[in-house]
Amino acid sequence: MSGMVEKRGRALWLSHAVLILGVAMICFPIWLAFVASTVSQPEIARPPMPLWPGDQLVENYRKALFAGINAPVSVMLLNSLVMAIGIAIGKIVISLLSAFAIVYFRFPFRMAFFWLIFLTLMLPVEVRIVPTYEVVAGLGLLNSYSGLIFPLIASATATFLFRQFFLTVPDELAEAARIDGASAMRFFRDILLPMSRTNIAALFVILFIYGWNQYLWPLLITTDPSMNTVVMGIKQMFPSGDDIADWPVIMATSILAMLPPVAVVIGMQKLFVRGLLESEK
Amino acid sequence: MKWRCPGPSAGTPTVAPSGVYMEKRVIFRGKLLPLALVFPQVLITAVFFFWPAGQAIWQSLFIPDPFGLSSQFVGLDNFRYLLSDPYYRNSFVTTAIFSLSVTFLSMGIALLLAILADRLIKSSGTYRTLLIWPYAVAPAVAGVLWMFMFNTRVGIVSWYLGKLGYDWNHVLNGGEAMGLVVVASAWGRISYNFLFFLAGLQAIPRSVIEAAAIDGAHFWTRFRTIVFPLLSPITFFLLVVNVIYAFFETFGVIHTITAGGPQQSTTILVYKVYADGFVGQDLGSSAAQSVILLVLVGILTVIQFKFIERKVHY
Repeated sequence: MSGMVEKRGRALWLSHAVLILGVAMICFPIWLAFVASTVSQPEIARPPMPLWPGDQLVENYRKALFAGINAPVSVMLLNSLVMAIGIAIGKIVISLLSAFAIVYFRFPFRMAFFWLIFLTLMLPVEVRIVPTYEVVAGLGLLNSYSGLIFPLIASATATFLFRQFFLTVPDELAEAARIDGASAMRFFRDILLPMSRTNIAALFVILFIYGWNQYLWPLLITTDPSMNTVVMGIKQMFPSGDDIADWPVIMATSILAMLPPVAVVIGMQKLFVRGLLESEK
Repeated sequence: MKWRCPGPSAGTPTVAPSGVYMEKRVIFRGKLLPLALVFPQVLITAVFFFWPAGQAIWQSLFIPDPFGLSSQFVGLDNFRYLLSDPYYRNSFVTTAIFSLSVTFLSMGIALLLAILADRLIKSSGTYRTLLIWPYAVAPAVAGVLWMFMFNTRVGIVSWYLGKLGYDWNHVLNGGEAMGLVVVASAWGRISYNFLFFLAGLQAIPRSVIEAAAIDGAHFWTRFRTIVFPLLSPITFFLLVVNVIYAFFETFGVIHTITAGGPQQSTTILVYKVYADGFVGQDLGSSAAQSVILLVLVGILTVIQFKFIERKVHY
């Protein structure tokens, strides 16, 4: 295993040292946030703040989860969960269906639809916020889960991934299904879906993180604090004017806001890496 | 198996360079069923993408009266006004500085860490686990974390800087504000770039590098003449993707740390669309900015696909 380019001795330790330094620098902001979420407000208000956790952890997290500042963080976490899962499942379902239609059928305007979907790649929500906001407001979807989810579930990326995958599925399978008299939907359900299982799971991980981390869209359309998502809700917890912010509670909320997506990345690392490398390439 | 987005020639019944048929030979019959299958996606795309994009183009040609009751057709006046507005032109410069800094900072650190991790074959997996999870931290949360560290009143870094005699104040100092949003935006991006660089490095056959080592090439020579050229497709890909990220996905960082200030010194284009449209209520100008951004995204996407096509020909 150890070839000629495998480093030994001092160079090896230097590599480890630089990497550990890199990891430490990358983790430092999060460590600091965690420490801040375990101490009391006066300890932070008099800098420098401690670098080791205090004894207020339970107190701060209880306050954040059940009282919060504008709305309890538990409510915001639930909103984020609904939004993230809604976006992930929504994108996967509509993309699976349209990719199936485009690959396995010939129908009028097929290429027109294909290009229609393709063009959405060029329209991130940040670019068209004002008119999209007006459309959603016009549909009466402000402060609703539908308003949070639907404008974000149309995506060309997922459709292309499934299209590319379906194209690699051997023709013999569809041929056999046809000879056996199976309907198209039967083939889709019994053969194509089970074969796409890993791809669906990998995509779900990526899309869950994408949905959970949305900021601008929930900021615009949820004016009611009880509909806020946790990622956008943090900024709303800062007082306007000169009052000092309730840092322990805000930092506890930040930790809670990053916990689910980080858990997904670490817990499903293999799927995550696969999803990321393959969805972007 | 690689998933790739098709280039502009996709869909025509040709054989892709890899030998994979771009079209199925076995298909199912029926016209209504496939239409029903594409319907949900087409409906959502039409309602939430094309309708608003059309609205943006339409609104960019009008100026609403002060009461919002009617609007007057002004042709390209909104664009003309925008392009002569020093604040808007400045926002282009700000965006360029910001996105290039974020891209080079995060890619540089990621490449260094990936090269080191790649050499430590046995523990590269451990370092990968330790380095990839910040990807999951939302830009807005990253913004809050960095704003906390550099907070002028309680921030620990700004406090120590003060002890060293440096008076940090990103609320008043535009340069410091820019530095802070760049670092906060690059921070979460290191994971992503690291993952791609590491995958790219691990795809280079060991034998090639060992052959060079036998020929007496030192590490730096090997890197310059073999590794980096082989990495260049991934580097170019990351360059484009990171610029797109810095353009469009860093809104959360800017909104939480500086809100575009001080004196618009961190107002990137996407932030200005928001600030003028929602805070300033200048809908005509905001719509014109949206249209300009649409063109920019279009150009970036075309570059991205040109690159993917080129990669297919390798």
